[in-house]
Amino acid sequence: MTEKVKVRIDGEVIAATPGQTILEVARANDKYIPALCYMEGLSAVGACRLCMVEVAGVARLLPACTTPVQEGLAVNTSSPQLQSYRKIALELLFAERNHVCAVCVSSGHCELQSLAQEHGITYIRYPYNFPKLAVDTTHPRFVLDQNRCILCSRCVRTCDEIEGAHVWDVSGRGIQSRLVSELKRPWGEATTCTSCGKCVQACPTGAMAEKGWGVEEMTKRPAVVSRLTSMREGQ
Amino acid sequence: MNKVMIEHVSRIEGHAKITITLDDAGQVSDAQFHVTQIRGFEKFVEGRPYYEMPSITARICGICPVSHLLASSKACDAIMAVQVPEAARKLRELLHMAQFVQSHALSFFYLSAPDLLLGMDSDPAKRNVAGLLEKHPDLLREGIALRKFGQQVIERLAKERIHPSWTVPGGVNAEFDPDLREKTLAELPAAMAIVKRTIALWKKTLDSFPDEIESFSNFPTMYCGLVGPDGSLRLYDGNLRFIGADGSIVADQVKPADYATYIGEASLSDSYLKAPYFKPVGYDEGIYRVGPLARLNIADRCGTPAADEELAEYRQRLGRIVQSGFHYHYARLIEVVYALERMQELLDDPALLGTKVRAHADVNNLEGVGIIEAPRGTLIHHYKVNDDGAMTWANLIVATGHNNLAMGRGVLQVAKRFVDGNKIQEGALNRVSALIRAYDPCLSCSTHAVGVVPMVLQLRGSNGELLDELG
Repeated sequence: MTEKVKVRIDGEVIAATPGQTILEVARANDKYIPALCYMEGLSAVGACRLCMVEVAGVARLLPACTTPVQEGLAVNTSSPQLQSYRKIALELLFAERNHVCAVCVSSGHCELQSLAQEHGITYIRYPYNFPKLAVDTTHPRFVLDQNRCILCSRCVRTCDEIEGAHVWDVSGRGIQSRLVSELKRPWGEATTCTSCGKCVQACPTGAMAEKGWGVEEMTKRPAVVSRLTSMREGQ
Repeated sequence: MNKVMIEHVSRIEGHAKITITLDDAGQVSDAQFHVTQIRGFEKFVEGRPYYEMPSITARICGICPVSHLLASSKACDAIMAVQVPEAARKLRELLHMAQFVQSHALSFFYLSAPDLLLGMDSDPAKRNVAGLLEKHPDLLREGIALRKFGQQVIERLAKERIHPSWTVPGGVNAEFDPDLREKTLAELPAAMAIVKRTIALWKKTLDSFPDEIESFSNFPTMYCGLVGPDGSLRLYDGNLRFIGADGSIVADQVKPADYATYIGEASLSDSYLKAPYFKPVGYDEGIYRVGPLARLNIADRCGTPAADEELAEYRQRLGRIVQSGFHYHYARLIEVVYALERMQELLDDPALLGTKVRAHADVNNLEGVGIIEAPRGTLIHHYKVNDDGAMTWANLIVATGHNNLAMGRGVLQVAKRFVDGNKIQEGALNRVSALIRAYDPCLSCSTHAVGVVPMVLQLRGSNGELLDELG
């Protein structure tokens, strides 16, 4: 049996397995740390910066999803400063693209929306970017709305690591980054897409949805995708 | 040349202003109605999946989102080429009737009753719902109760009163709860009693407005609205009928998809609201009206007993074709009777509780038109999509649009009758606004304009200098 390490999360001493990340240990012990780009069963990329935590003795904040635990680590998951940074990160996501909850298929079932509510966001302090972005309706069953994409890359990793098709990538840099299917081919023409729909289930917002659903009707089941990994690991 | 501006027109839905131009003798020479907001829905929906249209277009309005939801869903049904299941069709109509009740109650009791019951010349500071509460508390309470009933039925069906997501392309997304049906049935008689009392009061009050009846858009126009195959009043489905000013049928049983053969739209240089006209006659002689007054002129009968009884009396008092815009109020109340009776019929129908409520389909037509009679008149949603279902084009003709030309001419008529440029009376200018209120225009999407938008009236000289101001 692997030797455990002792870490302290919000003052509570917890025994963790070396190699586990702070986020994994926290979640396994009912300690809540918000996250958007993290999804169980996928590799962690530390993209959304919502899981930033304070670690004793470290001057900067660290992303809980990519920081492995070590003996004696003391983590603070919530503080006024962390809350304020998380709020900023969320508001910048809203300001970057055109998120209109009122007419979104995922309203009421959206991870971005519920995190905003949880953080008491009632308005955005930054000017909206209002980019002109296309909706890809070319796939017969699914639709990709770039307006609602937060570039969490959960779809990219799901398609690559679980389905093994690697249809999705992120092209461009910074504010110009865009989710692209098969080197910028329309989704409906992507020859590698198996139409399995796991990317849609993994998407935390209304960016990817099944066709034909109206406002508030699209519910996602990312846990189904996560379970595939755990079942394979169990084999 | 002097100008009087009514900016903004209060107690209407949305933003508008009125310019009254005076000649050198101080008499009214022209009057114009301007809608001052631009919305852009037809343009920004391009590229969106068509099945998002009901929820997007519902946001056009907070008073009658149900109208847009239904017209849009019908246009989407046409794109999918599906037949909506019977239960869903009836549920949609029930929702629509509930909306008629609440919207008409809002128009009559909240927006217009202050003018009608407190007096056109009464103190503007009290000529509002609060003033009404002081003078006619029972009537106002009943009005509030009636609107509440309509709103509650909407909530029972669609889970939300404003901008519900229940109405979807192909039907609705949940069946109706039988318990809620019972509850609604139990409350119907009280709602009907309120309307009957209000109509009785209105009939008694009517004779005190001879000048308003005479000058509120009292001129011949054509009329347009939906009718059933037998020529009876229809609000949810039916085909278009156009009649002339004398009541003769000019076009009948026009299928929704063919509306553009008969309706053209002109852009005006001084208003963001386009002006639809009857195409065979041309702009701007092809002026026609829609809404309660038009519908009762067009329909051979209502098709429900109590409403037909009221309609017979209405016609006996005012004639077969009623042309004064002032009678929109009377017609509106009769339509509430019809809506409540229709609700009763639908609630009594066992098919309403059917469990098959949604047809699913892909894009099977690249174009679809959905038409309903919104509380304010004929509402047209016309969409074009590509093979993948992305919107490529949209045309929306809203009820108030059809009345644009008539409201413009009506403003001139009423201004000429009441406004004397040498001596501006607030009550006179209020009549100009009251004319617009009679049409119950829905100029935008807001529920906020209930007596709180300030009305500023300005008299300006030919060089634009401010000569007088009321407000």
